[in-house]
Amino acid sequence: MQKVRGDLLNISKLKVVFYTYRGIIKALNGVELWMNKGERLGIVGETGCGKSVTALSIMGLIEQPGEIMEGDILFGDKLLTSMQETSLINIRGKEISMIFQEPNAALNPVMKVGFQIAESISKVKNKKIGKEVYVEVRRMLEIAGLDWERTINLYPHELSGGMAQRVMIAMALSSNPKLLIADEPTSALDVTIQAQILELLDELVKKFGNAVILITHNMGVAAEFCDKMAVMYAGNMVEYARTTNIFENPHHPYTRGLLKAVPKIGRTDELQSIPGIVPDLVNPPSGCRFHPRCKHAMDICRKDFPPLVEIKSDHYVACYLYGKEDIQNANS
Amino acid sequence: MLNTVKNIGQKEKIKLFLEQRKPIIEDWKHTYYLWKSTPLAMIGTVIIFIFLTIAIFAPLLTSYSPTEQFMEERLLSPSSQHIFGTDQYGRDIFSRVVYGARVEVWIIFIVSIISVMIGIIVGITAGYFGGAVDEILMRITDMFLAFPRLILAMVLTAVLGPNLTNTMIAISLVDWTVYARLGRAEAMKVKSQPYIEAIRAVGAKDLRIIAFHVLPMSISPVIVQLTLRMGTIILTAAGLGFLGLGAQPPTPEWGAIVSDGRNYLVNQWWISTFPGMAIAFVVLGFNLLGDGIRDILDPRLRR
Amino acid sequence: MKLGTYIIKRIFLMVIVMLGVATIVFFITRVIPADPVGAILGGNAPIERVDEMRHQLGLDKPITLQFIDYIKGIVHADFGISLKSNRPVLKDIINYFPATIELAIASMIFAVVVGVVLGVYSAIYRNKPIDHFSRIFSILGVSMPVFWLGLLLLLLFYYHLDLLPGGGRNSLFIFSPRITGLLLLDSIIAGDWIAFWDGLSHIILPAFVLGYASAASIARIMRASMLDILRQDFIRTAKSKGLSKRVVIYRHALKNALIPVVTIIGLSFGSLLSGAVLTETIFSWPGLGRYIVNALLVLDYPAVTGGTLFIAFVYSLANLVVDISYAALDPRMRV
Repeated sequence: MQKVRGDLLNISKLKVVFYTYRGIIKALNGVELWMNKGERLGIVGETGCGKSVTALSIMGLIEQPGEIMEGDILFGDKLLTSMQETSLINIRGKEISMIFQEPNAALNPVMKVGFQIAESISKVKNKKIGKEVYVEVRRMLEIAGLDWERTINLYPHELSGGMAQRVMIAMALSSNPKLLIADEPTSALDVTIQAQILELLDELVKKFGNAVILITHNMGVAAEFCDKMAVMYAGNMVEYARTTNIFENPHHPYTRGLLKAVPKIGRTDELQSIPGIVPDLVNPPSGCRFHPRCKHAMDICRKDFPPLVEIKSDHYVACYLYGKEDIQNANS
Repeated sequence: MLNTVKNIGQKEKIKLFLEQRKPIIEDWKHTYYLWKSTPLAMIGTVIIFIFLTIAIFAPLLTSYSPTEQFMEERLLSPSSQHIFGTDQYGRDIFSRVVYGARVEVWIIFIVSIISVMIGIIVGITAGYFGGAVDEILMRITDMFLAFPRLILAMVLTAVLGPNLTNTMIAISLVDWTVYARLGRAEAMKVKSQPYIEAIRAVGAKDLRIIAFHVLPMSISPVIVQLTLRMGTIILTAAGLGFLGLGAQPPTPEWGAIVSDGRNYLVNQWWISTFPGMAIAFVVLGFNLLGDGIRDILDPRLRR
Repeated sequence: MKLGTYIIKRIFLMVIVMLGVATIVFFITRVIPADPVGAILGGNAPIERVDEMRHQLGLDKPITLQFIDYIKGIVHADFGISLKSNRPVLKDIINYFPATIELAIASMIFAVVVGVVLGVYSAIYRNKPIDHFSRIFSILGVSMPVFWLGLLLLLLFYYHLDLLPGGGRNSLFIFSPRITGLLLLDSIIAGDWIAFWDGLSHIILPAFVLGYASAASIARIMRASMLDILRQDFIRTAKSKGLSKRVVIYRHALKNALIPVVTIIGLSFGSLLSGAVLTETIFSWPGLGRYIVNALLVLDYPAVTGGTLFIAFVYSLANLVVDISYAALDPRMRV
């Protein structure tokens, strides 16, 4: 039995594959992740590293041709991975909500936005869509910083990206979920709008006390918003720590590489990219999936995947460079 | 550049040649792989192959004439002598169906050539020159599209005089609109490419640009569309033949043979049944192949 | 409202296209035939008879004048006198058209219901038995010649099983009231249930034969469209809201997926009218398609002209309605 490391969410040994004509894509390769109530966790990594797949796994939305091969997702005291679709429905949108990258595409083009929010509210409150529900819709639109009179009867294509994302936020928070998953919520928006949306999220989450998983490839966004960060690479979580620790004292070679690639004002050292490319997940490298790109790679890295060890309090790394004693402890 | 090519040996030349075309070869390999993994497309290909083989080797497959009448052998049911039976004039149905394949291949061939030619000329002109030319040509296309296809084709054949040649002309005059729209879209796409601007800047004439840049780009979408339409061409020709407004007896056109057997349907079912089955079989082949091509070209599958 | 402007523009366009259609028909029936009267009467007809017919058809006038007369006639819905029935062509059309439209509507209802249902289930249960069945059903539907299928079904259900009547709109001694000309509708209005059941039993086979190909193509498009929609982001959103599978499919996906199908329904109407010619011939259905074929076989030019123009008009009208409902269905079109 895995140890329970967070009081809200515990993911252990999560393996997800997708069957395609090219072969089986091993998208998640035993992901470990956990978080506490009210915490804000950032998941960072390059495109295709499995951030979104992790999010969809939590939502129980991995569908054909994908499949969860093994692993547990424990939410509170509920084991989501062993639940039936009929009971998962009562968790989605109620206890866990999600917002997406392309807000305009994430809204149904042939329905008014007011109705789409009303749908969520009616589901959570178990009420028929009617006057009462629409009062709540108006309140949520106002909370999300929109003028409800102007927006409630609009169709998604009539909204700007920023407005559409506000609608999505209104929809996602209408149930006051325990956990909000935001999958690249600002990546498709203009820079100025990005800041506004992030601020809005920050403000609302502070007010309602929801836990948030923020998925992003932008280290800056994560640094600003999150308490903790999880760095993912090619289907694995490779480093997990408080945000300040990640930035000030990164351990995993990949995390270091990522940070060296972030431009900053006043930075004097040269900007560096990580050599090599993201591996093909149909035929992933053996052992540590990062070893072909890692200048510290050792023999053992090619053979076995390094376990995640706690090298300091609340700072975990999956790399053979660190904590040999801890590895021995973990193995014995 | 020329010198370097000259200086290397024959073997290297071939190697270089293959190297340069690697992406194209890879693409063909991939297409072949997708075709192989699309069983329906394979079945379709096999059906069409059978159809063409029968058309080519018709005289070897049967010893009976498709048109000669033997009144003493009329309305015989299928037997080892006449595997599809005989009709009211004592003609062997199998032989008529086999020779009918030639008629259908001929129809497909001629209709394809005429309709593609008209369509491509109209479409590329409209798309390349744009403006008023485009507007006028496309409205004319709309006018042809305003008729249900078979009805326009049938009026045309009736007025021109119902026979095989006029059937082909009529179907072509109905079918060209498909390629006109395709050619127009392709011409508009190519026209807006930056390299066309560049060619024009160095003084290339419109006709040259159309012939060497627009036309080659339209070929592959036209061929795909052509495969998809071939089934419909057969169905239209057979429909006209059946109504008596297409190929005339004794031409062994499949639709016309079905019509021959109409009055004998109850007791001599074989006269109408076999040629109809042949139509369905071949059209099925074209549809399966067309579906397969569509699947193979689907970028979602291709990725 | 932008939708209003769109409708007006679309109607204007249709008028232009119809004028073009009239010109094409004029060209086909008046300019192409070298010696229409000779073709109608045969080579040995007496000269007076030929002249008389030339006059009757207006062929003795210069071609430009003929064209002006022709357009004038169309504007006044006057297509001339049928050579065969000796009645005004318009009267014949009014007489025959209801049978065609009734058959077309019945086939359309069949095609849309079967096509949409099969397409939707095929997409939801992709690669499951229902999907395989639906795909085989579809590919056969677009491959089988309408006239052949009709003949075989007639052979089976009429001659061998004797379950359904062999042709026509109604039985010999059953007279139904004529109000709208749509037999089934009229018998419902009149409450004549015997006539209704009789009419229904007559229309089943032709409607199935005619509608099958359209059902097949609708099922195909519906399946593709539904699969496409089910992949969209907003479907993921709907699921992430915790909506049940049923609500996601029927409320969120179906409406979006139906939009492209509406266009196909318009196009299907064209192939229905084409197919009606064949179906009517096989089932002795007294409709406009058969009327045109019979007119063509004896080169009854006024009847051909009138019938063809009328069919093209109905088809264009159907496409107009489809385009407008397409615009009304999709809020994105209204901008």
